[in-house]
Amino acid sequence: MKTKNVFFIVMVMATLGYITSCRPKNAGTSVKGDSAVKAYVAPGQYDEYYNFVSGGFSGQMSVYGLPSGRLFRVIPVFSVDPEKGWGYSEETKPMLNTSHGFVPWDDLHHVELSQTSGEINGKWAFANANNTPRLARVDLKTFKTAEILELPNSGGNHSSPFGTENSEYIVAGTRFSVPPDYADGDVPISTYKENFKGHISFVSVNKESGEMDIAFQLKTPGVNFDLARCGRDKSHGWFFFSCYNTEQANTLLEVNASQKDKDFIMAVNWKKAEEYLKAGKGVKQKVRYAHNVWDEKTHTAVSTIKNEVTVLDVAELKDICYMIPCPKSPHGCDVDPTGEFIVGSGKLAALIPVFSFDKIQKAIANKAYDGEYGGIPVIKYEEALYGEVKKPGLGPLHTEFDGKGFAYTSFFVSSEVVKWNIKDLTVVDRVPTFYSVGHLCIPGGNTRKPSPKYLIAYNKITKDRYLPTGPELTQSAQLFDISGEKMQMILDFPTIGEPHYAQAAPADLIRNNGQLKIYPIGENKHPRVAKGESEAKVVREGNKVHVYMTAVRSHFAPDNIEGVKMGDEVYFHVTNLEQDWDVPHGFGVKGANNAELLIMPGETTTLKWVPDRVGIFPMYCTDFCSALHQEMQGYVRVSPAGSKTPLTFHVGKQNPVVEKPAQ
Amino acid sequence: MVKIKIFAACIAIILIWSCGNKQSSAPGTSGDAPGSSTSAEAADSDYDPKRGEGKFNESNLVLEASLNAPMAEAGEIASGVKCTSCHKLSDERLVGPGWKGVTTRRTPHWIMNFITNPEPMIDKDPELQAQLELCLVRMPNQSLTEEEARNILEFMRKNDGIK
Repeated sequence: MKTKNVFFIVMVMATLGYITSCRPKNAGTSVKGDSAVKAYVAPGQYDEYYNFVSGGFSGQMSVYGLPSGRLFRVIPVFSVDPEKGWGYSEETKPMLNTSHGFVPWDDLHHVELSQTSGEINGKWAFANANNTPRLARVDLKTFKTAEILELPNSGGNHSSPFGTENSEYIVAGTRFSVPPDYADGDVPISTYKENFKGHISFVSVNKESGEMDIAFQLKTPGVNFDLARCGRDKSHGWFFFSCYNTEQANTLLEVNASQKDKDFIMAVNWKKAEEYLKAGKGVKQKVRYAHNVWDEKTHTAVSTIKNEVTVLDVAELKDICYMIPCPKSPHGCDVDPTGEFIVGSGKLAALIPVFSFDKIQKAIANKAYDGEYGGIPVIKYEEALYGEVKKPGLGPLHTEFDGKGFAYTSFFVSSEVVKWNIKDLTVVDRVPTFYSVGHLCIPGGNTRKPSPKYLIAYNKITKDRYLPTGPELTQSAQLFDISGEKMQMILDFPTIGEPHYAQAAPADLIRNNGQLKIYPIGENKHPRVAKGESEAKVVREGNKVHVYMTAVRSHFAPDNIEGVKMGDEVYFHVTNLEQDWDVPHGFGVKGANNAELLIMPGETTTLKWVPDRVGIFPMYCTDFCSALHQEMQGYVRVSPAGSKTPLTFHVGKQNPVVEKPAQ
Repeated sequence: MVKIKIFAACIAIILIWSCGNKQSSAPGTSGDAPGSSTSAEAADSDYDPKRGEGKFNESNLVLEASLNAPMAEAGEIASGVKCTSCHKLSDERLVGPGWKGVTTRRTPHWIMNFITNPEPMIDKDPELQAQLELCLVRMPNQSLTEEEARNILEFMRKNDGIK
């Protein structure tokens, strides 16, 4: 028992504090008595904020309410989701197409809400795929993934999906430098320094439709790009990327990429890059990448393979990039709401450097350089530095801002959040997290106008925080009230997958953005829609049998189908005829090798089913829709190949018993 | 019923007492309450079973004696998409009752109100509640526009023999 660590003691005290929360408090408990009140949202009441949280290796994005921590929805993005038919229905399969073919899983790390003039506008949430490099755009009117764009010349899209002040661009910096797709990749790994390059995509976003396009890529020396932030207000037009492995190691990075005292924050003048692009200085390179777009009218995704990207070489084209030395293997690279201060969080450093945008501009004007790195000028550390926060904690990772002059930095190694004053660089408060915090989130914490009521810490380890569930435990988020001088923990709640970065927005901004409640059936342009039971039918096209099926409380039409034969492929195109909010129907058929369908009102969705044996196959509605939901069912008869059974279908017709003619 | 209310009130008082120093109002909320809960008893007294509840009444919905054929045709198309999965044109019940004779059983404005505003009427209309006991499925709101609803009414009239 003596080996129990301090965290456990704190936890026990916290638990006691919680249990006795209706009694007078003793000081020193990390959860104060009014925590429950602060985090409590009464049944039937709404939360103040939406929290869009990365699902890490689940590949999905989760949506929580704050301050309650209630989970509202898991939006399938990069991973298949049989519950919603995502990646299983014929219409959604193209969303997960890549130049490598269909990829059913990825690792979603960061979330970026679209902005106008440096403030969240409530339109879209962007997300990155860290394994097979991609960007996704989630439509916040439907809470559905509307677009996925693959990124060429990239090996792990980690430094992404951070955006500019008007979402002009969402950036995608490669974590792994790799030989470009347009070069011969069959090279010895030991030739890293020579053959491996970094590429950073600047992906433009159409202001109306949100549609993404790779405007250009910056080709950089081979390093690892980690995180990034746009300049804002005075520094709008600039972007800042943290880089590690500037040692250019290709093995045992744990040791070999931790050699130098300082790596870099790379400052990018993207307005300058735009000038070069306009002047035709970009080189068009042959590559292959998929661009997948969801069409809300046809309820179908279209995947297009694109073949070209324009690359700007930042070693040749001067004045785009500058390197700022930053101790040591920086992770976070965060810009304060005024746009003046850039905070580097070297995860192996024992201090936090704060850089000044004004000083950086002056240093560039005066060419206060300390040589070059891969053809990019290196600004002298002192010439860019505003100051250092001394001994803040161990393992600084990421910083968010409250807009009141304070920064909040997470410390992975010492498991704490530290609040410090940006101007005088002094630490003013620190609180423990349970345990090993990664990213932080303040609603609007990366905008010009943060909403400094809550701070959420996303933790990598929960250990003894919850009831045990075998070897695999949940990860967690912890909610702090930051409205006062001292941070106060008021809630912790489990999360799906692994939470990395997350963003939050005022509830009213999202829920009043024109939320879609149903898909108007009149606007349904699915090629195999059945608008009403009169259009329900079964059509044979060779060995493909297309079932145009309708669903309404509480029956399918048709619900009896005969004449399907072995060797057929059956496509159930199910249209939900309901036009009321919150009335989805589900569709499952016995033996289906994929998943169910979950069909929203007015939507048409298709399940492919290949019968594997002769017989009668039940099908039914999987989503409890009415008192007669359990009656919402039907049968498909499968006959042997070559059978003479005619193709017939009906609903509601009790067939008379046909007597066999006497022999 | 009264006993249950007294019991609930006692529980509530006990709960409030047990944490007596806390705020009495519900904390931590910024949004509107999702549903406005009007008392059913109060509303019942206002409910006119001849008119139903909604936008339409005798003065703002006046029908011609003869059928408007183009409207009835448009109504037939709209009802094919949104209604006839559940309603037959005969007097036979499918999910809901058949439409035959509906325009003689109900006033036109009652029909218009019901098909555009079903939820509150199912809660209040005694005949609809009796109907619900038979059908067991609450007629859904199919998001009909006013024009669609009016056309469907015309199609119902055609179905009832209006020329």
